[in-house]
Amino acid sequence: MYMKKITGAVVAATLMSTAAHATTEIEWWHAMGGTLGEKVNEIAADFNASQSDYEIKPVYKGTYAETMTSAIAAFRAKQQPAIVQVFEVGTATMMGAKKAIYPVHQLMADTKENFNPNRYLSAVTGYYTSNEGKMLSMPFNSSTPVLYYNKDMFANAGIKSAPKTWKEMGEVSQKLLDAGAHCGFTTTWQSWTQIENFGARNNIAMADNNNGFGGLNTHFTFNKPAFVNHIRTMSDWSKSGIYKYGGRQSTGMPLFYTQQCAITMGSSAGLAGIKANMKDINVGVAQLPYDDSLVKKPQNTIIGGASLWVLRGHSSAQYKGVAKFFSYLSSAAVQADWHQFTGYLPITQDAYQLTKKQGFYQQNPGTDVAVKQMTSVTPTVSSKGIRFGNFLQTRDIINEQLEGVWAGKISAQDALDNAVKQGNEELRRFQRTQK
Amino acid sequence: MSSHVGFKNKWLPIALISPQLLITLVFFIWPAGQAIIQSTQLEDAFGLSTEFVGLENFISLFNDSNYLSSFFTTLQFSLTVAILALVSALMLSAFAEHITRGSTFYRTFLIWPYAVAPVVAGALWLFLFDPTIGVIGELLALVGVDWNPVLNGNHAMWMVVITSTWKQISYNFLFFLAALQSVPKALHEAAAIDGSGPIKRFLTISFPLISPTSFFLLVVNFVYAFFDTFAVIHAMTQGGPSNSTSTLVYKVYNDGFIGLNLGSSAAQSVILMALVALLTVVQFKYVEKKVAY
Amino acid sequence: MIERRPLFTLFCHVMLILGILAIALPVWLALVATTHENTVFATGTPLWFGDLGLQVFKDLLSSDSRFNNSALPITHMLFNSFIMAMTITIGKLSISILSAYAVVFFRFPGRMLAFWMIFFTLMLPVEVRIMPTFEVITNLNMLNSFSGLTIPLIASATATFLFRQFFLTIPKELIEAARIDGAGPIKFFFDILLPLSRTNIAALFVITFIYGWNQYLWPLLITTDAQYYTIVMGIKQMLDVVDGIVEWNKIMATTIIAMLPPVIVVIAMQKAFVKGLVDTEK
Repeated sequence: MYMKKITGAVVAATLMSTAAHATTEIEWWHAMGGTLGEKVNEIAADFNASQSDYEIKPVYKGTYAETMTSAIAAFRAKQQPAIVQVFEVGTATMMGAKKAIYPVHQLMADTKENFNPNRYLSAVTGYYTSNEGKMLSMPFNSSTPVLYYNKDMFANAGIKSAPKTWKEMGEVSQKLLDAGAHCGFTTTWQSWTQIENFGARNNIAMADNNNGFGGLNTHFTFNKPAFVNHIRTMSDWSKSGIYKYGGRQSTGMPLFYTQQCAITMGSSAGLAGIKANMKDINVGVAQLPYDDSLVKKPQNTIIGGASLWVLRGHSSAQYKGVAKFFSYLSSAAVQADWHQFTGYLPITQDAYQLTKKQGFYQQNPGTDVAVKQMTSVTPTVSSKGIRFGNFLQTRDIINEQLEGVWAGKISAQDALDNAVKQGNEELRRFQRTQK
Repeated sequence: MSSHVGFKNKWLPIALISPQLLITLVFFIWPAGQAIIQSTQLEDAFGLSTEFVGLENFISLFNDSNYLSSFFTTLQFSLTVAILALVSALMLSAFAEHITRGSTFYRTFLIWPYAVAPVVAGALWLFLFDPTIGVIGELLALVGVDWNPVLNGNHAMWMVVITSTWKQISYNFLFFLAALQSVPKALHEAAAIDGSGPIKRFLTISFPLISPTSFFLLVVNFVYAFFDTFAVIHAMTQGGPSNSTSTLVYKVYNDGFIGLNLGSSAAQSVILMALVALLTVVQFKYVEKKVAY
Repeated sequence: MIERRPLFTLFCHVMLILGILAIALPVWLALVATTHENTVFATGTPLWFGDLGLQVFKDLLSSDSRFNNSALPITHMLFNSFIMAMTITIGKLSISILSAYAVVFFRFPGRMLAFWMIFFTLMLPVEVRIMPTFEVITNLNMLNSFSGLTIPLIASATATFLFRQFFLTIPKELIEAARIDGAGPIKFFFDILLPLSRTNIAALFVITFIYGWNQYLWPLLITTDAQYYTIVMGIKQMLDVVDGIVEWNKIMATTIIAMLPPVIVVIAMQKAFVKGLVDTEK
């Protein structure tokens, strides 16, 4: 009798569980390692718990490059995920694969999901929108370069505030050297900070065709005098000790951590890490310097990081889930939390306002510099972003040429001429593959 | 290969070799064939548009001065790694074979580097070699060397050479030691009675007798240096500064896997395979003659 | 010991210890790193122990630690790694010794072609053939499976090559003697060849096990199911931080834990090494 009851209950429970929850599973391939990856899991878990129709399954697939290559290999084998996180330099490649991607604006329209593009910060989404302003991918983790400086070393040299212009960079650095610093400033991600964002900040395009937004027949122009002068100045500074090259990507950070250099330029998302690594030192955040001989008021900077692309080949049920997930991701609460935890930019006005209201910026000085840098002006065609095919390789080319300049082997003009020439070859090759 | 007396069966060997052959065909030959086809094409990353371009990928490679200089870089890199790894391992294993006590201890400790996951090994060596915070950097500064692998191509090369060699020493040590220990003791005893010291015995008895293993390791080290070292280069220098550590295989990896330029990467793979095949044939035909079987 | 040469023996020990110091330096660094706060690594490389003691290890091994992302406890990941490594090792050693046996001791049509084809596999790292290999695995329905994880890694030629080298040193007389005794190829293989190959098998076992143990790119590519997460994949994910703090002590602690099974394998194989010694006393 008792057994019958138990069996009955078990059968009923099993029936109930199989009937009620036919959740649609959606795979999300990402490149977030460390604590960021844990946060990604948290976001997905929260979304899954908030409703019972869809289940987002985050899958870590390696670095940005490994994740993108995996997704493409999977696509070729018809095993692609619904959502993939692609770094900003992969945008042109993704955009060009029209048959493979499902543009976000179209996804939202097709699934009749509530979507207002104006809620998003134009400086952030500009990179990922088409010429007609339609959003192609969903920004997820966007950073922008800022200036970090060692307040203690500044005080020691009698400097009151962070340099705003490149001229001031030189003057400030010289004062720092005189006060005993080993170098004035270093930088990370040199193509991103010294070429791409130099152009954006000073409202100068680095290529024709609206920095590539206008079409595939683009040619680089970053060997024009404005850029050459900047690199030449940095080259002179490299000889005098004002500037020290620390390596590609973020390998130069130890120079800043060990207080050899008093200033560095890097991703806004690095602030938490910098503060943790320099616990007893006063670190300040300031906007990226501009060249006051080129502009009176600086433009916004270009974003880095990655966005989420949707791939075709899935069921409409899954796409409905993706749309709902994107709405969830864009909600003020989720964005504010992600922004505060990671240091990546908030992608909506609401998230920014919410974070302000929560007093986050007051409690954590320096965390709003990046946002302000992005929102204080309207982006122009030269600061909206860049769209170049095979840009990952061009960045390598720029790295190689600039290293030659810092080592004193080649002049700034020659280096940039070489980089432009080889970069154009990459653009032409990309153009040929886009039919 | 030397003419060898064997067994007469015809079907048994075919059965024995077929599992490996099957896997080889499916997972190596087939993809290699695909690579050859891809080398004649220009396509976008997703494979949505493919254009047959014949030998164009090959021709642009040979017109690229960066590609041509990477031949020299590769040679420099591979020879240094192979020689360093083989010689140090041989010496260490010779020492380990001579002593009786503690060989388990040494063998265990010298294998640890091989057991460290390569991703972590790269990170550790990067720490040691860091120009700002690395121990080796500091030591070199004491001796007056301005250690700067981010700008100095030679420094960068040494950095990747030592890191790549490091792992291989364990590998070589293990095999050399196994080979040395299987040399019959009787031969050593006889020579010792005749008055040969340990060094002489090593040169006249051990070394010739382990030549099959030496040959094996020579080929494997060479292949390793040519083919398996891109991960280290990618983690440490990304081919820089200014292409000074850009080897052939690194370019294949960087252009194909990272840059998604599949046609050029495939063409580079084809050239690389042809090159190594040639070198291997040369090794088998000439060097193997000196091997004592 | 053939003779007493205490000075030379001492020299050998000294050189070996120096060798260990030079080669084990990074491993030492890793061990030391587990006892420091992560932020220490921003400004230097500590060479001696820090304050954390064994805390990081304790945290990692505690049963409620959500290791990284896969929500898999570290023991589960070690288990996955172990299964993968063992399967690859046993698979690779088996087919390689059979292939080498076939190539050396028999004459059959296509023998040299087969040998070169197998040898060719040394020259194609997986990253170079990634796209077509992924397609093959998909077509064979081997994604997210142990067979997909292990079979493509079984066929590379190193083991076959080594066995071939060793078999070529087997004196003709042995085969003749076996034939005279009426032993067929199979009996020869099991009774004579296999015991003689013990040392080589032991060395290859260690190498292949570690090779299989340290795989991360291949499993990363073909699995989307967190079930198959290996420990090295876990380590890599912790390292893969672009803009934030890298948790060095956790990474190094996991690395040390991950190194233990291969080291245990080495110690376990010692017996085979020694036995091999004895057996070659003809």
